[in-house]
Amino acid sequence: MNAVSIKGVSKQFKGGTTALEDIELEIEPGEFISLIGPSGCGKSTLLRIVGDLIEPSNGEVQVNGKPARQARRDHDYGIVFQDAVLYEWRTVSKNIALPLELAGWDRSRRQARVEEMLELVELQGFGEHHPWQLSGGMQQRVAIARALSFDPALLLMDEPFGALDEMTRERLNAELLRIWEASGSTVVFVTHSIAEAVFLSTRVVVMSPRPGRVSRVIPVDLPQPRTQAAREDPRFFELATEVREALHLGSADAPSLAEGVA
Amino acid sequence: MSAAPMPVAPLPRGGVATLVGRQGRDWAPAVVVLVAFVGLWEEIVRAAHVQRFLLPAPTAIWTAFSSNQGQLWHEGWVTFQEALGGFAIGCTAGMLAAVLVARWDLVGGALMPYAIAANAIPIIAFAPITNAWFNPLTKTAHMVIAAVLCFFPVFVNVVRGLRSVRPAQIELMRSYAVGELTVFRLVRVPTALPFLFTSLRVASVLAMIGAIVSEYYGGALDTLGANIEQDASLFQFEKAWAEIVIACILGIGFYLAVALLERLATRWQPRIEMVGA
Repeated sequence: MNAVSIKGVSKQFKGGTTALEDIELEIEPGEFISLIGPSGCGKSTLLRIVGDLIEPSNGEVQVNGKPARQARRDHDYGIVFQDAVLYEWRTVSKNIALPLELAGWDRSRRQARVEEMLELVELQGFGEHHPWQLSGGMQQRVAIARALSFDPALLLMDEPFGALDEMTRERLNAELLRIWEASGSTVVFVTHSIAEAVFLSTRVVVMSPRPGRVSRVIPVDLPQPRTQAAREDPRFFELATEVREALHLGSADAPSLAEGVA
Repeated sequence: MSAAPMPVAPLPRGGVATLVGRQGRDWAPAVVVLVAFVGLWEEIVRAAHVQRFLLPAPTAIWTAFSSNQGQLWHEGWVTFQEALGGFAIGCTAGMLAAVLVARWDLVGGALMPYAIAANAIPIIAFAPITNAWFNPLTKTAHMVIAAVLCFFPVFVNVVRGLRSVRPAQIELMRSYAVGELTVFRLVRVPTALPFLFTSLRVASVLAMIGAIVSEYYGGALDTLGANIEQDASLFQFEKAWAEIVIACILGIGFYLAVALLERLATRWQPRIEMVGA
């Protein structure tokens, strides 16, 4: 049984824009999949369709072998957005505990789990702070802790580090890999960044715009577990080039950089 | 990863004093200004022989205040009850109406323009009319005008608050597959709270104004408004001023009580220190 199975998914928005056309993608349990593509390629829309936050016009999505709607109702996935989306009236601990509260966990069990999660994202001691007291990177770690708090099999991430500076982003990339290895969950990760996609993923799904399609799927064979050193591996650059070329081929109106890069 | 702990402001903690937000040291300049103001007032009235119907000296007002204390506080209490009753009724109605409007857009589309317009008209002008509708000797007549005054700012602000939720916060709730009622309780209400309290502070002031002005037009004889009006026409200006002082004390107390409640209910908010905010 695949973690995510996307079959013939299309999406037309009101007004006739075709955001996605005939998407096919099978994701195995434990994979780390990046969706990369230029603005307007529908990668965020696809992520939301997997999470049943948007309904596809055609086609079908299964998560853990059940329809996406049922998976959402069963709390089968956690989601992280570009903005941390913390509830500013709740403390860090209470933000992390929110999905647990909604799932009916009792207080002591919630507290124990929140402590675990704070440790996982290295925010021990910040539980009683309010979101405005944290930096952007720390807030995003809280959002990740919240998404993982109920142990979902699937983690959906929509450009979670897009608004952060390069240094913080690279640090959080490495941390995310550590968390992914520890939790064993499947990750679907939307990004604009080629380096981020290659560094994190087991496979990179390159998408092209107007209409949004999957133009190539590139397996990343960098050794696991990856450390920051992987960013300087020659293979890393080869893969980054491959992704870059696929991106430029995908957008027909852009001149190919193939010769320039090779 | 090295989680370099960044400097963060200390948590807002502590008792009522911290909640009100100022220490004795911070209050000192304001107290000095008050003392200087009253002193100057006294001096000018004496030196310039200002007529007592124009402006009595603070000492004369104090004499009237202390010799009529029992009566004054009684009047103040009656008026305050009207203001408080009107505040409770008007604010509750405003909140309920806001919830309906925020929930059903159609209702909002039909009502909001009028509510915003009504918020801008001087409702106090209706005071003589409501006194014709209700017996002005009862508290009800004055409560009604206070309630109507409180209704609109609360209604308009709470609608705005309930609608100003961030779409992403709703989307996240959808990912948890929770119902509308839960979203309302966990997201909309907390988002609206600062808006609500802003309007409650305004309403606390309006309620006192409403009750007193409405009493000018024939309130019972044991109310502040009726007595200010009567004493002024009977040339008892010191006593009228003493009644105004009572009205000020109650009005400020009411406002501060609401402000304190706000601090307690919205403790998560970053504290921006503003004098009189």
